[in-house]
Amino acid sequence: MGKVFAVLVTLITLVSIAFFVMHTWWLPPNISTTGKAVDHQLEETLIGTGVLFLAGQLMLGCFAWMASGKAKDARAKRFPGGATSIVVAAIVVVGIEIFTLTFVGSKAWGAIYLTPAEPGSLRVDVQAEQFAFYFRYPGPDGQFGGLHPDKIDDGSGNYFGLDPANDVAARDDIVVGSLVVPVDRPIALSLHSKDVGHSFYVRELRMQVDFVPGLNIPLHFTATQAGKYEIVCTQLCGLGHYNMKAYLEVMSEPDYEQWLKTQAGQ
Amino acid sequence: MNYSPTQLGSDSMHEVSTHPVAHQHTAPTGFIRKYVFSLDHKVIGKQYYGLALVSVFIGMVLSWLLRIHLAYPDYHIPFLSKLSAAGAPGGVMTPEYYLSLLTMHGTLMVFFVLTNAPFAAFGNYFLPIQIGAEDMAFPRFNMMSFWTTFAAFVVMMASFFVADGPPISGWTAYAPLSAVGRDAGPGLALGQDLWAISIAIFCIASLLGALNFIATTLDLRARGMSLMRMPYSTWAWFVTSVIALLAFAVLLPACVLLILDRVAGTSFFIPAGLVLSDRLQPHSGGSPLLWQHLFWFFGHPEVYIAILPSIGIVATILPVFTRRPLLGPKALIGSMVAIGFLSYMVWGHHMFVSGMNPFSANIFSIPTLIITIPATIMTLLLTASLYGAKMRFDTPALFCLGFISVFISGGISGFYLAQPSLDTYLHATYFVVAHFHFVMAVASLFGVFAGTYFWFPKMFGRMMSESLGRWHFWLTFLGVYCVFMPMHYLGLVGNVRRYSAFVDDYLAPLLPVHRFITIAALLTGAAQLIFLWNLIWSRFRGPVASENPWEATSLEWSTTSPPPFDNFGGKHPVVNHGPNELGVDGPDGTDFLMQTAAPKSS
Amino acid sequence: MGVGVQDAIHAGQKLGGSGLPPITRNTRLPNVTLSERPERSETGVWIGIFAIVMTFAALTSAMIVREGVALDWQHFQLPKILYLDTLILCFSSWTMENALAKLKEGESRFSEGMTWLCITLGLGGIFVVGQVIAWRVLAWQGLFLATNPSSSFFYVFTAAHALHLIGGILGLGYLIYKLNRARSARTTGIRATSLYWHFMDGLWVYLIVLLLARM
Repeated sequence: MGKVFAVLVTLITLVSIAFFVMHTWWLPPNISTTGKAVDHQLEETLIGTGVLFLAGQLMLGCFAWMASGKAKDARAKRFPGGATSIVVAAIVVVGIEIFTLTFVGSKAWGAIYLTPAEPGSLRVDVQAEQFAFYFRYPGPDGQFGGLHPDKIDDGSGNYFGLDPANDVAARDDIVVGSLVVPVDRPIALSLHSKDVGHSFYVRELRMQVDFVPGLNIPLHFTATQAGKYEIVCTQLCGLGHYNMKAYLEVMSEPDYEQWLKTQAGQ
Repeated sequence: MNYSPTQLGSDSMHEVSTHPVAHQHTAPTGFIRKYVFSLDHKVIGKQYYGLALVSVFIGMVLSWLLRIHLAYPDYHIPFLSKLSAAGAPGGVMTPEYYLSLLTMHGTLMVFFVLTNAPFAAFGNYFLPIQIGAEDMAFPRFNMMSFWTTFAAFVVMMASFFVADGPPISGWTAYAPLSAVGRDAGPGLALGQDLWAISIAIFCIASLLGALNFIATTLDLRARGMSLMRMPYSTWAWFVTSVIALLAFAVLLPACVLLILDRVAGTSFFIPAGLVLSDRLQPHSGGSPLLWQHLFWFFGHPEVYIAILPSIGIVATILPVFTRRPLLGPKALIGSMVAIGFLSYMVWGHHMFVSGMNPFSANIFSIPTLIITIPATIMTLLLTASLYGAKMRFDTPALFCLGFISVFISGGISGFYLAQPSLDTYLHATYFVVAHFHFVMAVASLFGVFAGTYFWFPKMFGRMMSESLGRWHFWLTFLGVYCVFMPMHYLGLVGNVRRYSAFVDDYLAPLLPVHRFITIAALLTGAAQLIFLWNLIWSRFRGPVASENPWEATSLEWSTTSPPPFDNFGGKHPVVNHGPNELGVDGPDGTDFLMQTAAPKSS
Repeated sequence: MGVGVQDAIHAGQKLGGSGLPPITRNTRLPNVTLSERPERSETGVWIGIFAIVMTFAALTSAMIVREGVALDWQHFQLPKILYLDTLILCFSSWTMENALAKLKEGESRFSEGMTWLCITLGLGGIFVVGQVIAWRVLAWQGLFLATNPSSSFFYVFTAAHALHLIGGILGLGYLIYKLNRARSARTTGIRATSLYWHFMDGLWVYLIVLLLARM
């Protein structure tokens, strides 16, 4: 029995690790300036935990193998160093890993969430609702109009509850269903929710943050590669949660300017 | 204190009651007193186990329904439309019904299985016996806590039968989705109210239970049963009950506040200006994050409530089959206590990307990573205790080995999620689902399986079938890896969780992986029927068990199988050893000393 | 009948023990008086106190957070009757201690002790009535449960405390009933009941200070 267990555990471990190593199912390529640090952190963690995983499971399998079918009276052999060596090893090895990962990881985290957006970033206001994302650009006047929840009317496309009749700044706000941004430019998002909790997740940016009703959550990034990427909701928000998505469209600067002009004209 | 001769026991050699014993209660008569409203902790333990068994099968069937829907969205599931015509017309679930079943799956499993089985069921049955007591400190409270749990179960199941069905907000019931009421969408009306009420009732039941465990452990230990001589399972139940006492005491007011937001128009969790179903909601000023903080302050200790008893059970069982003491008893117990303590400092790691101040992510990450140290110590102690042993590979031992393997797997994935910089990618993906299923659904459950095979002879006086047990183990062990290991890969791709369908370009190509998981889940689930059959058949036809078939040392093995009504037949055990006397020279050529054996001659 | 002490001890030793009785806490030996052995009901109350403290700590932090996140917190004056209520509850702790002292003194003072217990019970009831009056005063001012977060927390805190106090009143009532039947101070649960009562008092003092500071 012990031998069978040992073989099975070893096989499972090796097959599992193989899929990790071969990147059979893997993250999409990173397109964010802050994403590289996250990927690096992931690789470090994979290696560190991979070693622990392999060592732990193999040790278990090994000891199970050894414990089966042996002659009696093997009491004499105890794990070298006894409990003390284990406690010390655990504290030292795991402690070092923790220390390293925290130190490096906090930089990756801080770059995304603890640094302010660069001055001069392109500002976009993002609203999440059941079950869509809408994006608002300030328009030529560079100013966002005020939001009035009582004026929200999805039917006429007034998703944000703007009041252009009385609010000058709101008149030229551009509201669209995609997040269109120029490449290599810092973007500063402000996230708010119309109804319940949602989340903003772009895998290629290596970023995720919740929309909290009642709060305006900042998020900033710089995309380094043109393309079309999914923005998906990851915070359970109701029956349409599975289908709640929008697209991040990263364009070249001229293409973006063209797009902006078209939108402003409307 | 003087004992006059007339106060001393009878002249029977077996009746050494050397002073008038304050029996908790006399032996019950009548069916109701004996099997229904029983004050006997053993009956109550079995009742909890039965409730957990029913809950786990319902929860498992729910998971089959979910998995089938994900992998074969167009398949018409037979009988599903009978359960809910609105939720599954023609046997195909609506998106909201998927979320309803998901919510109930999580709720039943976390509360009614993982808090009930390893903790309430086995703890109730064996804690008093393992410390040498006749019963729990407060038998009437004990009975009340089971029936209150049962009431919570009934209320929870009632949500299946109300018009809108069970709630769709997940077992975590985040506000404001769970708090605004009907306007938030289908499934959030009466079903959510019933959920909140049920959980509040469950909190009260758990608080009563935890109080009983703590008082019993502190006050009712037999002579010679010092704290350090208690078996590991008792220690685990004790630490768990302290965690539970403080954790459920926080969930209860949280549920009350949620209910008030829903029915009384308060705004604890609902801010101003929300527009749902085209209606501006009349609330203002509340904080959704407040719900998350309150919930996870309970929620994280809750998962340690789910795992610690299983760790204790495995630590108790493993030495019996290696025939030698566990390495580092003090380190093991210390680790359990450390985990209990640290479990209260880490709740924010569920909220790294919740919109709370990002700086606090760093603060929560540190104790989260530190908690891996006692967990690693325990895992290594269990593993290293195998070194050099000759093991008996009965089914309880197999599940202990399996436990170690799956606990390693589950713990490792926690390492990723504990780091905010990785959680920013992995949060709310299948990576998280893989992690918590490995540690809770698999590891904790393996502890329950090990405990069942180990203690069944004591509880019912019969052995379970060893061959069926082995089939159960191998199929389950292989099966759970097939089900949950692929979920890590899905998480790395960015497969978001709690989705009722994978319709977009990005996720649709992952369907083959989901199909593999579904088939593995169905097969592994089917393998559990072997366990169920084994339980039922052995209860009536299993070979009769002796008092101590496994040659174990703790106090439950020094009494009959099953134990008499007052556990020790009028005797009061006196403890002279810890539970670790294995691999020593015992009486009659055996290799162990029971805890009640005579002290080693000096 | 008539088994000698030595024989019993030897019999016990043959079964693997020391032969002496175990140390279980709740054995009722004839010569135990009120003041001596700790009872398991007391342990139970201590544990319960921890749980209740956690609950009120959770509510306290919820209140602090809620006040801080939005600008809609409206301060209001606490109904004056609450101060009287506080005095009543504190006084009832004194009467409870008095009752305990009388009961400890023995059979001669038993009836006096019972009287003081009944007074304590009555004061507890008056306290609850005072709470209800306070709620009516607020309602008359237009402050209901959902009116404002400050009133919400006021009602939640006072109701939670009152509920637990009513539990204490029921427990005290049951104790009085038990004592009355036994006509003897050697009844379990006296110290547990008084401990719980004092805790309710202390909890109320904490609450009134908290509410004064925040409301």
